[in-house]
Amino acid sequence: MFDVTMPNPTPGRRLGDGGPDMIQVLTPEGERVDTAPPEYLEIVDSLTDDELRGFYRDLVMIRRFDAEATALQRQGELGLWASLLGQEAAQVGSGRALRRQDYAFPTYREHGVAWCRGVDPVNLMGMFRGVNHGGWDPNEKNFHLYTIIIGAQTLHATGYAMGVQRDGAVGTGDPERDTAVIAYFGDGATSQGDVSESLVFAGVNNSPVVFFCQNNQWAISEPNEKQTRAPLYHRARGFGFPGLRVDGNDVLAVYAATRLALDAARSGQGPSFIEAFTYRMGAHTTSDDPTKYRMSAEVEVWKLRDPIERLKAWLAHQGKADGAYFAQIAREADELGADVRARCLALPDPAGTDMFAHVYGEAHPVMAREEAEFTAYQASFEGAH
Amino acid sequence: MGEVTRKDGPAAYPMTTTLAKGITSGMRAAMERDPKVILMGEDIGKLGGVFRVTEGLQKDFGEDRVIDTPLAESGIMGTAVGLALRGYRPVVEIQFDGFVYPAFDHIVSSIAKMRARSLGHVELPIVVRIPFGGGIGAVEHHSESNEAYFAHTAGLRVVACSNPHDAHWMIQQAIECRDPVIFYEPKRRYWDKGEITAEPGRGLFEAATLRHGTDVTVLAYGPMVRTCLQAAQAAAEEGRSLEVIDLRSLSPLDTDAIVESVRRTGRCVVVHEASTFLGLGAEIAALIQQECFYSLQAPVARVGGYNVPYPPSRIEEEFLPDLDRVLDAVDRLMAY
Repeated sequence: MFDVTMPNPTPGRRLGDGGPDMIQVLTPEGERVDTAPPEYLEIVDSLTDDELRGFYRDLVMIRRFDAEATALQRQGELGLWASLLGQEAAQVGSGRALRRQDYAFPTYREHGVAWCRGVDPVNLMGMFRGVNHGGWDPNEKNFHLYTIIIGAQTLHATGYAMGVQRDGAVGTGDPERDTAVIAYFGDGATSQGDVSESLVFAGVNNSPVVFFCQNNQWAISEPNEKQTRAPLYHRARGFGFPGLRVDGNDVLAVYAATRLALDAARSGQGPSFIEAFTYRMGAHTTSDDPTKYRMSAEVEVWKLRDPIERLKAWLAHQGKADGAYFAQIAREADELGADVRARCLALPDPAGTDMFAHVYGEAHPVMAREEAEFTAYQASFEGAH
Repeated sequence: MGEVTRKDGPAAYPMTTTLAKGITSGMRAAMERDPKVILMGEDIGKLGGVFRVTEGLQKDFGEDRVIDTPLAESGIMGTAVGLALRGYRPVVEIQFDGFVYPAFDHIVSSIAKMRARSLGHVELPIVVRIPFGGGIGAVEHHSESNEAYFAHTAGLRVVACSNPHDAHWMIQQAIECRDPVIFYEPKRRYWDKGEITAEPGRGLFEAATLRHGTDVTVLAYGPMVRTCLQAAQAAAEEGRSLEVIDLRSLSPLDTDAIVESVRRTGRCVVVHEASTFLGLGAEIAALIQQECFYSLQAPVARVGGYNVPYPPSRIEEEFLPDLDRVLDAVDRLMAY
């Protein structure tokens, strides 16, 4: 008979604090705790004050950017926006752990990771404004295009990591050469076959890829319990590599966890799985109405776990930043908001003929014929030049 | 090995070999030329693939370049995308036509669209090899002709080889193409022998007129090419002159070759194993009525599989187009 030792699924898990296995360095109240493994604390303790303040700046800037984008959508300037509100620490903590040569494969919500990679935030708005489907050069910042097909990018990341292995860019000991790949996905995506297949491929190939799952508790309207019976980080063990849960709203814990996982990947120890336990404070996208499926009390609980407030409280208490610093960052954030607004509105519409321009790399008779037909048709209107 | 291309010198052209071995030696040549060319698929290593098309390649190029993948087609195609993003040129073997569907999402949503959505920054030079078609007495899902799905998808190119020479050169041209190519291999012709000469003779997307004629243009590709050549031979004995064109490229179509021929003959039969409804024949018929309207002596005829799921093998010969069905269509056109 089966040995029935699995815990029963826990209704309302998303209200919980992540459980005793969740790694945390800063509590929601902004108090430093030393319950994390020593290698985590070593990384956190090695951070300079500039780096710590940098985390705060990243969190504030990206939240401000996100708010501006949401406002632009409400004003009809973006067709849609997928807000990262509440997930800033998960994204900044992991994004800042990456090295220049590492490669990130995002969903469509990784605005904070894009920020850390140095991608111009206005680029992120193009697809939501409808001027392109992404359009940036992924190899410029080693940040792939946003992927809307849920979970597909986890396989792309794994294949890329297999290429890294074939290039001999793993386990050489050269910090400029050894390369890791990070695959971002959400709790809903873990139900996709592609995510499981990526765990298989990465496992059997011992590929240098970190599976970074932001469990924000909701896949549009479906809570975590509709996606999984077991905690998500348990899944890695079945594929033969380590998994852990980290407090996704604690930027320091996320940074340490991701640093360790990336270091292991680069050194040839293979893949790992990080479940960043967090919460989607807003709607899935601006097209969604979360009041139809979740209780405001739940949102209130998570407001108290805000990623920015806890870091701010700790920095202030430690004397690492003061009111003048926080005010200065707030001003910078407002400047960013104004800047991205202006540049978003200035994004040029593509020309109609652009739809034919990039479909194929080599000459293609259908593209040539249809572009000519399109151009002639457009020119046939009275007053056309 | 009995292979044609050796690492220590040029291939010994001309050579006579099977269609399957023509592909093997073509891939070998491509792998020798470009270290970024890698093969991926199920059972393609020690076994050499279920049709032995990759036989010997893992031994010579190693497990990193001839990858025995986990048994998951979406996983294979998704990781091929990643490898291509890293600068590799993956050649993916799908074991049988009917097993490509789990990979459909990556082919259509990622591979076909990546260049356009990146505004040309990213190209994915991936080749997907698919043994296709029936007539080998196989069980379900092993005999399908699903080329229309991919020919319908912008961003992909779709080709089908029909003889050893083309198989050998077209696979190399497909691997060299900057765009993703779906490469159909006529599995029931894998063991056909033919001569491979030292030059490809034509571009990957050009049709080949294999027999000149004056009464009817017969358009075919893949396994149906041989059937149509046999039909043309039989028709000649009855005094009818069929022109047989091997389309070779299904997307894009070589429209010039099709139009030039049909304007001369005034009659056309399109032959494929795939079901006719919304198959390649439908698109070709539309092309011909648009471009050859004043030359036509009869409507365009289609000879294809019936619009049913591929039937059990004991009746597949009645489902598949054969010489008699091609000639029957020719008769109808001539009597029009």
